[in-house]
Amino acid sequence: MEDIASLMQGFAVALTPYNLMLMAIGIILGVIIGVLPGLGGANGVAILLPLTFTMPPTSAIIMLSCIYWGALFGGAITSILFNIPGEPWSVATTFDGHPMAREGRSEEALTAAFTSSFVGALVAVIMITFLAPLVAKFALQFSPVEFFAVFFLTFASFIGMSRGTPFKVVAAMCLGFALGAVGLDKMTGTLRMTYGFTEMLSGFDFLIAVIGLFGIGEILCSIEDGLSFKGNTGSLHFRKVLETWKKLPRYWATSIRSCLVGCWMGVTPGGATPASFMSYGLAKRFSRNGKNFGKGEIEGVIAPETAAHAAGTSALLPMLTLGIPGSPTAAVLLGGLMIWGLQPGPMLFVEQHDFVWGLIASMYLGNVVGLLIVLTCVPLFAAILRIPFPIIAPIILVVCVIGAYTVHNSMFDVWMMLGFGIIGYVFNKLKYPLAPLVLAIVLGDKAEEAFRQALLGSQGSLGIFFSNWLVSSIMTLGLILLFWPVFGWVQEKMGRSNNTASAA
Amino acid sequence: MPSRTSLRRSTLAVAAAFAAGIIPAAAQAWEPTRPVTFIVPAGTGGGADQMARFIQGVVAKNSLMKQPIVVVNKGGGAGAEGFIEVKSSAAQPHTIIITLSNLFTTPLGTGVPFNWKELTPVQMLALDQFVLWVNATSPYKSAKEYVDAVKAGDDKTFKMGGTGSKQEDQIITVALEKQIAPKKFTYMPYQGGGAVATQLVGGHVNSTVNNPIEAATHWKSGALRPLCIFDKARSTYTEKVTADQSWADIPTCQEAGVDVQYQMLRGIFMGPGVKPEEVAFYQDLFAKVMATDDWKKFMKDGAFNQTTMNGEEFTAWLTETETKHKALMQEAGFLAAPQ
Repeated sequence: MEDIASLMQGFAVALTPYNLMLMAIGIILGVIIGVLPGLGGANGVAILLPLTFTMPPTSAIIMLSCIYWGALFGGAITSILFNIPGEPWSVATTFDGHPMAREGRSEEALTAAFTSSFVGALVAVIMITFLAPLVAKFALQFSPVEFFAVFFLTFASFIGMSRGTPFKVVAAMCLGFALGAVGLDKMTGTLRMTYGFTEMLSGFDFLIAVIGLFGIGEILCSIEDGLSFKGNTGSLHFRKVLETWKKLPRYWATSIRSCLVGCWMGVTPGGATPASFMSYGLAKRFSRNGKNFGKGEIEGVIAPETAAHAAGTSALLPMLTLGIPGSPTAAVLLGGLMIWGLQPGPMLFVEQHDFVWGLIASMYLGNVVGLLIVLTCVPLFAAILRIPFPIIAPIILVVCVIGAYTVHNSMFDVWMMLGFGIIGYVFNKLKYPLAPLVLAIVLGDKAEEAFRQALLGSQGSLGIFFSNWLVSSIMTLGLILLFWPVFGWVQEKMGRSNNTASAA
Repeated sequence: MPSRTSLRRSTLAVAAAFAAGIIPAAAQAWEPTRPVTFIVPAGTGGGADQMARFIQGVVAKNSLMKQPIVVVNKGGGAGAEGFIEVKSSAAQPHTIIITLSNLFTTPLGTGVPFNWKELTPVQMLALDQFVLWVNATSPYKSAKEYVDAVKAGDDKTFKMGGTGSKQEDQIITVALEKQIAPKKFTYMPYQGGGAVATQLVGGHVNSTVNNPIEAATHWKSGALRPLCIFDKARSTYTEKVTADQSWADIPTCQEAGVDVQYQMLRGIFMGPGVKPEEVAFYQDLFAKVMATDDWKKFMKDGAFNQTTMNGEEFTAWLTETETKHKALMQEAGFLAAPQ
C-alpha cells in the first residue's frame, strides 16, 4: 500500500516536538475562537495567518488546521451551556445539548459532543487517506443542479421536525427566506430589499441572527424565569466522562449515518452547517427516540456534532485536490497555501508529497490531541454553569455584543443582533420554532442561487432536476422525506379504517 | 569640481524620484501611528483577498512598517460595503483598500453611490490577466475554432461560467459576444473563481475566462486548455508551466482572431482628503513590497501583468478604464437606475 507508506512518512514529518507543540497551541487557540461567537474559524485563522509566515509551510499548515479543529470542538461548548452557538454548524447542537444542560447533564452532553466530533473527524480523515483521488472525481460531478438537490434534501429532512403547528414552521421558514434574500442578488448583480440603506448591503448575516435569536433570546427568557440558569446541579467529576462513554456505543447507527452525511456534504462542498442540520433531521426521523428530540436526547447531540466534524474535515479534500474551498475557513487556509507558494489543485499531491502527507498525518494527531485537551476540560467547562446568574449573564451579553461586532466590524450589526434577540424572545413566547428560521437564513440564498443557476443552464426546464442518476436519486430521497409525515398519516388512517372494518 | 558634480547628481536623483513619484521630500515625515486597516471589498479566499493577505504577510515578515496591517473583508453588495466605508473615512490615513474591477462595475451595476474619484488613488500594483479556457477533452484548439463553433451552434447552447454577475467575467463575455453576433452565450454566474474552474473541469460549462492563478493547476494536470489571453501582448513569463507550454506560449486573443482585450486592476486606494505625505508613505511601502522576491514569485505564479503606476499616470488610466467599463456595460444593458 503506497498510501500507508506515504502516511507513515507523513507521521514522521508531523511528529516532531516543534510540530506537536504547535498542534497543542493551535487547538487551544481554536477552542477559544470557537467559544467566542462571531469570531468564527475563518476570522480566527485569518487573524493568526500572519503569525505563521515565518514558519516552514508544513508546520504552519499544521498549526492553522489545528486552530480549525479547535474551533470545531469549541463551537459546541457555548451551544450546550448557554444556548449560544459559537459557530454556524453548532446551531443544531443547541436543540438537544442545551436542554441536557438544563437538566444538569452538561458533562454528558459535552462528552458526547466532543467524542462524536472526534469520531466524525476520524472517519473523514480515513476517507481522505484512502479515497482522495476517487472522491475528488465524485466532487467534479456536482453542478448547480446537484447542489440544489442537496439543499432541497436538507430542507426536506428538516421539515416536520418541529413540534409546533406546520403553519408556524412555514411562517418561520418564510421569514428566514425573506431575511436571507436581502442584499445583492448574485444572479443578476442587482440589490434587493436594501431600500437605499448602505448598512443593508451585506444582508442579514447568519451569525448575527443566531447570536441574537439564541443568545439574547435565552437570556431574556432566563431573566423572566427568575434570574438563574437551570442545570447547575451536575457533579463536577471526570468520572461522568467515562460513564457517558459507556453509553455511546449504543448509538452506532446514528453515528454511521451522520458520518456518511458529513463526509458527503464536506466533499461536495455543502459544508458543515447543512451537514449538521441534515444529520439532526435524519436522526430524529429514524431514531427510536425520535419523539424525545428537542427535550434533551443524547442522540440529538451526537448526530449534528459527528456530521459537522466529518464535513469540516472532509471539506479540506476538495480544497487540496481541486482548489475549491469547502468552507469559509478552508478558503482562508487556501489563501495561506498560496502565500507559501503552494498551489492547491490536482498537482499538489504530486509536487508537494511531504507537505500533503504531513498535513494528513497532522489531521490524525491534531484530532487526538484535541480530544484529550477538551475532554480533560469538561468538568471545567461544566463548572461555568455554577457561576451565579447575575455575574455570568452580563458576561454572556458582552460576549454576544463583541461577537456581533467582530463579524463585520460594524456597530449596526450589534443593534441588529439585539433586535434579533427580541424576535427570539417573542418567538419563544408564541411557541414559534427558531430552527426553520435559522435554516432558511443560512441556506435560503444558496438554495435559490443553485436553483436559478440550474434553470439558467436548462433554459428554464424543471426536467433538469431528474436528468441523471445522481440528481434524480437525491431529489427522490428529498421528496420521500418531505412527504414522510403524509405517508405516516395515510398509514394511520388506513389502519384505523381496517380496524373499523374488522370491528364491523 | 567633484562637489558640484555630486550635488548635481543628487539633485538629479531627487528630481528623478519626484518624477517617478516614489519619494517626495516629505515621505519620511509621516508614518502610521496605529494599526492600518486594509479593506478587501470581496469575500475571503478570492484573488483580491489573497493579494491583501499576501501583502500583509510580506510587510510583517520583512518588518517594512512599525504598525501591523489588519485585513478586513467587506464584500457586501458586490464590494459596495467596503468602498462606502473608505469613502466615508475622509482624512483617515490608517485605512487603505485594495480594488478589483468592482471599483467600476459595482457603482454602475448596482447604483450604489460611490465613484473612484471620491477616493484617493495610491498605487497600481499589477494588472490581473484573463485567459479563455476550455476543457482539454473538447475539440477546440484555438480561440478562432471555438468562437466559430459557438457562432455555428444554436443560440445560447454554449455556457460561459464566470464569477459574479455584471462583473468582469460577464463583461468579457459580452465583449466576446460581439464576435459571435447575433448568437449569445448562456452566462452562468458562480461564487468564486475556484468554483468556476472546477465547473469547467467537470464539464458543466463550455468555457471560462478564469484568471491564470485560478486555473493554472488544472492546466498543469492536463484538465484544461488555454485558448488565448485577453491582453494586447503575450505574457512575459517564459518558464514552462506544463511539459511543453509557458504562459508566454498562449497567443493573445487578438492574434487568435478574436479581438477582445481586458485586464483587471489590482490597486490601492485611500479615503478622500488624505495628505500627500500620507499617500507618499504608502507608495514607498508598496515600492518596498514590490521589490521583494516573494512578490516577484507571487506575480510569476499568477502570471500577472506587472504594470505599476501612480500619480497622474494612474489617474489617467483610471479615467480611461472607467469610460471603457461604462461603454461596455451600457451596451450590455447592465447599468442600474441611479439611486
